[in-house]
Amino acid sequence: MNNLKKKKNIKLLQGNEACAEGALLAGVKFFAGYPITPSTEIAENMARKLPKIGGKFIQMEDEIASMAAVIGASIAGLKSLTATSGPGMCLKQENLGFAIFNEIPCVVVNAQRGGPSTGLPTKPSQGDMMQARWGTHGDHPVIALAPSTVNEILTLTIKAFNFSEKYRTPVILLLDEVIAHMREKVEMPAPEDIEVINRKKPTVPPEEYLPFKPDEDGVPPMANFGEGYPYHITGLAHSEKGLPISDSQQIDHFIRRIHDKIQKNIKDILIYEKYLLEDADTALIAYGSVARAAERTVKLAREKGLKVGLLKLITIWPFPDEIINKLAHKVNLIIVPEMNLGQIVLEVERASQGKCRVVPYGRVDGELINPIEILGKIQEQEEIKK
Amino acid sequence: MKQKKLLEVHQNNSVKISVRREWCKSCGICIEFCPKDVLVPDDQLKPIPENIDACIKCGLCELRCPDFAITVEGVEEKDE
Amino acid sequence: MKTVIDRYIREEMFPHIWCPGCGNGIVLGAIIRAIDDLNWDRDKIVAVSGIGCSSRITGYVDFCTMNTVHGRALPFATGIKMANSDLKVIVIMGDGDCLAIGGNHFIHAARRNIDLTAIIINNMIYGMTGGQYSPLTPTTKFGSTAPYGNIDQSFDLCELAIAAGASYVARGTIFDPRQSTSLMKKALDKKGFSVVEIISDCPVSYGKMNKIKSPIDMLKWIKDITVSKKAWEGLSPDEKKEKYAIGEFLSKDRPDYTELYEEIIKKAQETGGNK
Ligand SMILES: Cc1ncc(C[n+]2csc(CCOP(=O)(O)OP(=O)(O)O)c2C)c(N)n1
Ligand code: SF4
Ligand code: SF4
Ligand code: SF4
Ligand SMILES: [Mg+2]
Repeated sequence: MNNLKKKKNIKLLQGNEACAEGALLAGVKFFAGYPITPSTEIAENMARKLPKIGGKFIQMEDEIASMAAVIGASIAGLKSLTATSGPGMCLKQENLGFAIFNEIPCVVVNAQRGGPSTGLPTKPSQGDMMQARWGTHGDHPVIALAPSTVNEILTLTIKAFNFSEKYRTPVILLLDEVIAHMREKVEMPAPEDIEVINRKKPTVPPEEYLPFKPDEDGVPPMANFGEGYPYHITGLAHSEKGLPISDSQQIDHFIRRIHDKIQKNIKDILIYEKYLLEDADTALIAYGSVARAAERTVKLAREKGLKVGLLKLITIWPFPDEIINKLAHKVNLIIVPEMNLGQIVLEVERASQGKCRVVPYGRVDGELINPIEILGKIQEQEEIKK
Repeated sequence: MKQKKLLEVHQNNSVKISVRREWCKSCGICIEFCPKDVLVPDDQLKPIPENIDACIKCGLCELRCPDFAITVEGVEEKDE
Repeated sequence: MKTVIDRYIREEMFPHIWCPGCGNGIVLGAIIRAIDDLNWDRDKIVAVSGIGCSSRITGYVDFCTMNTVHGRALPFATGIKMANSDLKVIVIMGDGDCLAIGGNHFIHAARRNIDLTAIIINNMIYGMTGGQYSPLTPTTKFGSTAPYGNIDQSFDLCELAIAAGASYVARGTIFDPRQSTSLMKKALDKKGFSVVEIISDCPVSYGKMNKIKSPIDMLKWIKDITVSKKAWEGLSPDEKKEKYAIGEFLSKDRPDYTELYEEIIKKAQETGGNK
């Protein structure tokens, strides 16, 4: 009987629905949010499904409160999720910084829509890439992932929870309106095939527990409130004990340490895909829904005999500097199509260190970039070269 | 952990008044509002229970001290 | 001998940062005594605060404590309580923290009647930032940003809490810490959203700008501007403008949010529901 091939469980899911399903598979037990297009279906799914598994959903009075509630629930021991879009993401920033500084796991979804301001609520954008990196004030690390298919939304939502628990940090999942609302086939993994990571618990008695003293991997074990480990959490610069400090050496050490825990584990965190880059002299670097178009462009270009390949970024932050630097040594040209006026392209330029030409291709009109446009950009560059 | 406190203890056979001098910020509240004028300020404006025998153990000085610097305990009459 | 206070504080944090005669310490004492009287399991107590001088309280007590961001203590606490309803969650806020930047969260926490106890230290000013006027600064009084006198009408925090749906509402003072402790005990024991406002002092800002010279004078002033709830009812409208009623204003029973959510869980699990 065991030899019977497991039947694949294929479902047709909307991107936001896949996000909710992924969260449930990862063990989410709490959601707080405030409705905003194009993320609302995540909240609606959570409202329906969480109580069925004994989890909790709450619609808060705004996104600031949602972010706060998610952090509170996580400290009290539940894996927590919130989802929003541009205007709401702006409101979450102060509390996001609080969670980063206090190393509180949680997942924040930003289904990107056209901005600035109210912008284009029902149109896609990739305008919040830098906000994901630098949205909250002060020097801070961040993990941000950008899926480009509905299936990836599911698997990366699980990853996002795992990273957040493993590294004690918020993780931002960057969707865009296209993949959030698109319906695609999703292969539902069997729960037993999924790796689910839970936060490390302290192994020392309460008197010895230091909530911000890292283990060797740079990550401190986390006691949940109510488990008999009384300790303090504050947005002020704090000691390993969690109490406010003003000693510059300790502060410096703390802030570097929370960066280091991400950098040190970057190999584990970086996810990307290479497509036909082996012999390529031109590389496209794309992410999110634009990566779908870029993949198609590669095929079209190959049909025309052009040696074009694609590096699809999935982990956006921390940025894959080394991978891009190596690529820049190999190719003559990198084109970065993105639905903004050039955000990730600047990072690509920085990582390339002048080893090849880096050219942006941006759109901010709320229309998805299509494969033909990108091909046009490649051909235009070929012309320039001649 | 035992920390050396600058603890000043005054006692008669009914009450013990302790002043944690390093925590006291000399606000004068305990002195002013003591209903029996038990406390008087020293040169640093910290309370000294000079008239301790007048103390009625109302506890107000302790409850109103913003710095947890003064405590009043009843003394059990002990027969030895 | 260890006092009640000694048994609850983080001694290494003392002496605390507050100015001489600041009411925050008196309120901290009243809170500790109320908790001690209730004899609660310390491991189940969580104290959450926002930002301000008053919000520093959470750093001084040895529970699970959280000094969050300005104005948002209540939603943080809401998440904690939703996640684990066995926890006793106390939220300590300043007047600005609670009713300026946090005003929206305050009315919504009351509306939901979520089982939290909010203790608001009302010194009628932004103490931490140096004495700017707050939504609880009385009209005509001075602040560093109201150099010609405040023209805003202030909130009545207790009336606001009642209107928004709280289950327990009371007001005490730092002048009468014993009464404050007893009001806090009732509030802590109440299921649902309970609110205790404590009229407090900020001698260095409010006092200085409003010509109340010392902490002692501030306490006398608090005694003067407050009257028992009963005496208040006999005052003329004009007299009421100058005074604050003290005591318990509301104590009613209404299902709290976490109980109601347990019902939702039952419903969702029974019906199997539309997937
Ligand atoms: C978002 C934000 N805005 C402004 C501030 C600056 N700030 C710190 S405390 C405070 C006011 C505190 O007043 P209150 O809540 O009454 O507390 P008090 O200091 O009087 O106890 C302000 C405006 C801040 N920390 N965060
Ligand atoms: S207990 Fe009462 S009478 Fe005795 S010193 Fe304190 S305030 Fe005065
Ligand atoms: S009330 Fe406390 S701080 Fe003030 S003078 Fe008395 S002992 Fe000192
Ligand atoms: S500034 Fe005012 S509120 Fe702040 S500690 Fe000093 S007296 Fe207290
Ligand atoms: Mg204030």
